[in-house]
Amino acid sequence: MSAVSVQAIVGAAPSPIEAPDVDYATISPLLIILGAAVLGVLVEAFVPRAYRFVTQIAVAVVGVVAAFVATVVVGAGLDTVDGEVTGRGGPTAMGSLSVDGPAVVTWAMLLFFGLLGVLLFAERRLDGGLSAFTSQASTPPGSADERHATRLRIEHSEVFPLAMFALGGMMFFASANDLLGMFVALEVLSLPLYLMCGLARRRRLLSQEAAMKYFLLGAFSSAFFLYGIAMVYGYAGSFGLAEISTAVSSQIGGQNLLLAGMALILVGLLFKVAAVPFHAWTPDVYQGAPTPVTAFMAAGTKAAAFVAMLRIFFVAFGGARWDWAPAVWAIAIITMLFGAIASIAQTDVKRMLAYSSIAHAGFLLVGMAGLTSGDGVTSVSAVLFYLVAYGAAAIGAFAVVTLVRDAGGETTHLGRWAGLGKESPVLAVAFTIFLLSFAGIPLTGGFISKWSVFAAAWDGGAWPLVVVGVVASALALFFYIRVVVLLFFAPPQGDGPTVAVPSPLTWSVVAITVAVTIVLGVLPGPLLDLVQQAGAFVR
Amino acid sequence: MTEYTPVLVLAAISGAFAVFSVLIAPLTGPKRYNRAKVDSYECGIEPTPQAAGGGRVPVKYFITAMLFIVFDVEIIFLYPFAVEFDLLGWFGIVEMLLFIATVFVAYVYVWRRGGLEWD
Repeated sequence: MSAVSVQAIVGAAPSPIEAPDVDYATISPLLIILGAAVLGVLVEAFVPRAYRFVTQIAVAVVGVVAAFVATVVVGAGLDTVDGEVTGRGGPTAMGSLSVDGPAVVTWAMLLFFGLLGVLLFAERRLDGGLSAFTSQASTPPGSADERHATRLRIEHSEVFPLAMFALGGMMFFASANDLLGMFVALEVLSLPLYLMCGLARRRRLLSQEAAMKYFLLGAFSSAFFLYGIAMVYGYAGSFGLAEISTAVSSQIGGQNLLLAGMALILVGLLFKVAAVPFHAWTPDVYQGAPTPVTAFMAAGTKAAAFVAMLRIFFVAFGGARWDWAPAVWAIAIITMLFGAIASIAQTDVKRMLAYSSIAHAGFLLVGMAGLTSGDGVTSVSAVLFYLVAYGAAAIGAFAVVTLVRDAGGETTHLGRWAGLGKESPVLAVAFTIFLLSFAGIPLTGGFISKWSVFAAAWDGGAWPLVVVGVVASALALFFYIRVVVLLFFAPPQGDGPTVAVPSPLTWSVVAITVAVTIVLGVLPGPLLDLVQQAGAFVR
Repeated sequence: MTEYTPVLVLAAISGAFAVFSVLIAPLTGPKRYNRAKVDSYECGIEPTPQAAGGGRVPVKYFITAMLFIVFDVEIIFLYPFAVEFDLLGWFGIVEMLLFIATVFVAYVYVWRRGGLEWD
């Protein structure tokens, strides 16, 4: 820029900036959740200690339910948009958010997972009146300091506002319409989760190690994502997904910048969804984190990150699909096979569920690689259905893990679970239903969701992925059946597992997730209609 | 290329300043060693030995530093707004007040939970 033009800019009279036109009613679910989080921080500051835990539960539950109602109202009022593909709703808040069909469905899904998570966080009957979260993470377990804290009823209730912040970040992530907003959302959802992973009361060092690993690898992946954003900005000259899409389809500038940017953004997002080879943090974090947090994180992060990934790659990089699709194919194949094979070798229930989560990321990538749109099962609708079915079963399975205990807290070694079917038939049947759903057995939600992602991939010509997917499912089935046999037919070790008697909170989570898993398998019609009516992303 | 000349000149000056500072300090500065000086650098805590029994280490300085960062970030956003506050009109005022209110919530939390008490 020459000296003359600099002076011209400095010398010009400043013109008023046009105030952005924000439709607050449309983004009200997001505002309610973030408002509940801020209110939760104030509750921490002002409500006396004895009432704090209960008040926090009330604030979180009321916030989530109110946001869910607002989401339903917003979703019912979305206008239909007719373009190349049918969509609903559209960008709001000066194009920084896109409240379209998939975004609203994801909001409802995340709020449902959030409510189940809050119910699990609130459970205090399992550990002698104490929650799963330590009040003072720096005191050694069993020390005099800790007994003192327990006697004073010092409790950790910050986990509720933290969960609300994470939930708000997830909702923002799934609906952000520009890359900068997506990065902010990614951080808002990740930072509270890093913290929540390190709060376990039992096995505290393992939990803190998990938080550290998650933080370091998460920060690493955020850096990849940010670097990719910078390159894509250099290519397209804008952060907006619509503007990037225009730049990609008109093929301006050097393609190398675009390719490098897409690759880095893909790596950053694949870290979050735990796809191989970016999965290394998953087993350690899922095992170390307090089990209620693992449940919330497994369902919520995967849903938010997958919808954001589909939005970026379908909306912004849709014109360059033949450049990124081969990478997604390759990663889907190794993720499905690795997840299925590695879970066979696991002896710890939480690690086994973590590897199963990795395998499911592979199946979801199959749906994405199908690239189908239009009528029938689209990639977006298949992935949305899959996320609901997987999330519900994952939360339910981790809720069962919180109940199988011995003197040291949860007993997660698979060998100790032998004979659970005799000890507590109800719980063993519930866990079996979740495992069968993970395996994709008919009459469970997992079957319909696997069928829909495979159908989307088949229609899009990705039949090799479908073949590998079926092989990986068969491999995983072998393992899940082995666990079911262990639960019902193996002789118990020693005294066998002890099943703690929880409050109605955990029971209702198990009951709701079992019901959702079975209803989605027997009567998938209503949800399939909903995700298909949600249509495509609107930019 | 000419528009990048100031950038290159600035980079050269800052590089030269860094090299100059590192080279001149050992030549001109006094050399008085004590225990604190040869310790490894840690923000306000003794790096070694660990507290007895691997227990608590004081985090007073850390809490103060975190609180400073909260207000530091607030000022980063307030400053450009304050320079041209009239360009955004009432919308800008309301947004900024909301922003300050949320930062204030964090401050109230630290204050009520004893983060401002040094001992």
